[in-house]
Amino acid sequence: MLAPKTFSGGIHPPAMKKTSSKAIVKLPLPDKVVLHLSQHIGAPAKCNFQINDKVIYGQILAEAGGFVSAPVHATVSGRIIAFGNFKHPLGQSTPAVVIERDKEAQEPIYTEKPIKGISLPPAEIMKRIKDAGIVGLGGAAFPTHVKLSPPAGVVIDTVILNGAECEPCLTSDHRTLLEQPEKVVDGLKLVMKVLNAKRGYIAIEDNKEDAIQVVDSVVNEAFGIDVQPLVTKYPQGGEKQLIKAVTGREVPNGKLPSDVGVVVMNVTTAAAVSDAVNYCMPLTEKTVTLAGECVKNPGNYRVRIGTTISDFIQMTGGLKEDVPLKKVILGGPMMGFALYDLNTPIIKGTSGILCWSEKEAQMKPRTGCLRCGKCVEACPMGLEPLILDALINAKRFEEAEKEGLLNCVNCGCCAYSCPGGNPLVQNFIVAKNKILADKKKQAAAKDNKK
Amino acid sequence: MSENNEYPQITAKNLIVNNSPHIQSPVTISSIMWEVNLALLPVIAMAVYNFGIRAFLIILLSVLGSVFAEYFIQTNLRRIPTTISDGSAVLTGTLLALCLPVAIPLWIAFLGGFIAIALGKQVYGGLGQNIFNPAHVARAILLASWPVYMNTWLKPGLGTNISTVDAVTTATPLGLLKEVAKNSDKVAELAKSGQSIIQYIFETLNINFSDMLLGLKIGGSLGETSKLAIILGAFYLLIRKHINLYAPGAMFATVFVGAYIYGGDADYAMFHLLAGGLFLGAFFMVTDMVTSPITPLGKMIFGFGCGAITLLIRLKGGYPEGVCYSILIMNAFVPLIDKFCKPRRFGVVKPKVESVEAQKDKGASK
Repeated sequence: MLAPKTFSGGIHPPAMKKTSSKAIVKLPLPDKVVLHLSQHIGAPAKCNFQINDKVIYGQILAEAGGFVSAPVHATVSGRIIAFGNFKHPLGQSTPAVVIERDKEAQEPIYTEKPIKGISLPPAEIMKRIKDAGIVGLGGAAFPTHVKLSPPAGVVIDTVILNGAECEPCLTSDHRTLLEQPEKVVDGLKLVMKVLNAKRGYIAIEDNKEDAIQVVDSVVNEAFGIDVQPLVTKYPQGGEKQLIKAVTGREVPNGKLPSDVGVVVMNVTTAAAVSDAVNYCMPLTEKTVTLAGECVKNPGNYRVRIGTTISDFIQMTGGLKEDVPLKKVILGGPMMGFALYDLNTPIIKGTSGILCWSEKEAQMKPRTGCLRCGKCVEACPMGLEPLILDALINAKRFEEAEKEGLLNCVNCGCCAYSCPGGNPLVQNFIVAKNKILADKKKQAAAKDNKK
Repeated sequence: MSENNEYPQITAKNLIVNNSPHIQSPVTISSIMWEVNLALLPVIAMAVYNFGIRAFLIILLSVLGSVFAEYFIQTNLRRIPTTISDGSAVLTGTLLALCLPVAIPLWIAFLGGFIAIALGKQVYGGLGQNIFNPAHVARAILLASWPVYMNTWLKPGLGTNISTVDAVTTATPLGLLKEVAKNSDKVAELAKSGQSIIQYIFETLNINFSDMLLGLKIGGSLGETSKLAIILGAFYLLIRKHINLYAPGAMFATVFVGAYIYGGDADYAMFHLLAGGLFLGAFFMVTDMVTSPITPLGKMIFGFGCGAITLLIRLKGGYPEGVCYSILIMNAFVPLIDKFCKPRRFGVVKPKVESVEAQKDKGASK
């Protein structure tokens, strides 16, 4: 096996992965699902159904709204009962379709007639991935077929499956690796075939020793696939850091992984690719980690996409009565989003839900900057967060941009490590949005003049 | 639609909503400050052991002066919540006291503590804003204002009296070195007899290198004489990762190598390393987070500058000891050092795309 690799910078937050020994449990079907048309990066999907129309599980509910887009499938059989704006996990309300499940309806079974997907021509593999609505399941939700269509002239020689799962608390990738290593490896082979890539890595942090062993016993050396252990460090699973650690290549600022000949994909995405190609199975389910002091049964659950978080928690046994819920986080504690409404549905990119008590949600008070440099040490992008923060607070955005503000990857290492409790990355996200919005405005003004 | 729902809706009110990250490291400014205070305990213990209860009183009054200044300025002048419990004023007061001679009047200790916070820290806007090390600012002001008090050194281990009346004064090793070096007749005499200047100092003061390391019979400031106690505290801070060796290492190396080149032998270099306030300064002042550069390279340049100026003052300047001034001078260069010593930014250099085979070969050859 290969020696563990890593990148420079980063932090060592407590792992808090208490659910890593809990096998994935398939949950019962929800009574209703809320399916957002925008569960991916790119154009929202377009729904051609009317209210009261009947849909069948796995049927395309909304077609891709463009090339950079992905279809959304009905995740239960039933009747469409509402169209409208519903709470999206990222905060805003966006268009969604609500399906009420028909409890009598039979669901088509996809896994009955398997095909050997690897023998299919690349174009057919690609089509099946696209039709299944597969997007990056690690959280970014970038449409997978777009990732697999590099621009002409760009050669992809390496595919890295991201099984780092460096976020504390989350264990869904870990369980997927342990329980479905064949599917993950098969998905990698399919993706490598589409891209005509020679090398494949399954990168796993070395705190998941069991997963490394299991996957290593499945990989086929002849195919050019290796398990690459990684040093346990956050953000080891960040795309740029992962590529640097595994291949030694550094993605230049403003460029994509494909510019250094690499495609990175989450391990659960690879498993979904395998299902999509071998069974023509659409993406309708997601493995989600439920953790936190407030839930009765923390664990890893397989749940239909579109299930509301409230239903999801109730299906697993609900919340503890004696521990008041103080914070609900969608995703991991380092980069996840805090929710204010539990009617928000699970989307394709949801990998974990944390229900935290007051104690877990406690943050330290802000006590100023000591210039200790811990944020500089922690920044995996080689930035100086304390200087960026000072410049942003002084509204000197141009200088902040020169100091590399736009290279920030929002990993949160700076804010985590700050002894003064300063909201560094939070400040940067606001400032970056402002700078990008200003740039857009300027470009628009220029266009108008022409 | 929810009437016949199997799963009752969870109604959660008053959920906390904020941006990620949702976890923070347990280290706080207060915990850092108190841990540095803790690391100074062996130094304080040695000061009290060497110089008696009076040493403790000086430390206490200096701390009181600092804490009082912090409290008074924050509550009455700046009208902000006071932060005296974060341990930083206590630390400044302690560090100042450890740089003072035991014979100074007690009111000077209190005044020094007050000056350290008032003119060294709060005048700049409080914690993290000051350019110069507050304890050394106060020491420099005291030295300029009361040079006689600040240069009266008592022989350690003689009585634990609060009064200084019966005490015996002594010379510090560096003070004696300066005196001898200035006296050309003495230098010529030593050259004739074949005795080295260090041997002469050791003979005159009846000390040796192990005394200098332990600080038992050495005249000097409260906290600077026992190097062993300082190393013990520094070791704790190194383990806890509150300091690193970039700046102190560069400072020690500069002083040692510089003294070796100047004096021509290892004894002379070793003497400069162990004498005076170098250890206390290097481990507790040069490593001050607020007033030192951020990156490892910056810290090394800073340490080199501190070492070079220290040596320059010791060898060619008017004062026998130069640690305090060297650090203050280098503090002024910190913004400049920070400007030129930036960390390497990820993704700025255009990368070479190596073939995977070449990569693998490299990995295998390792």
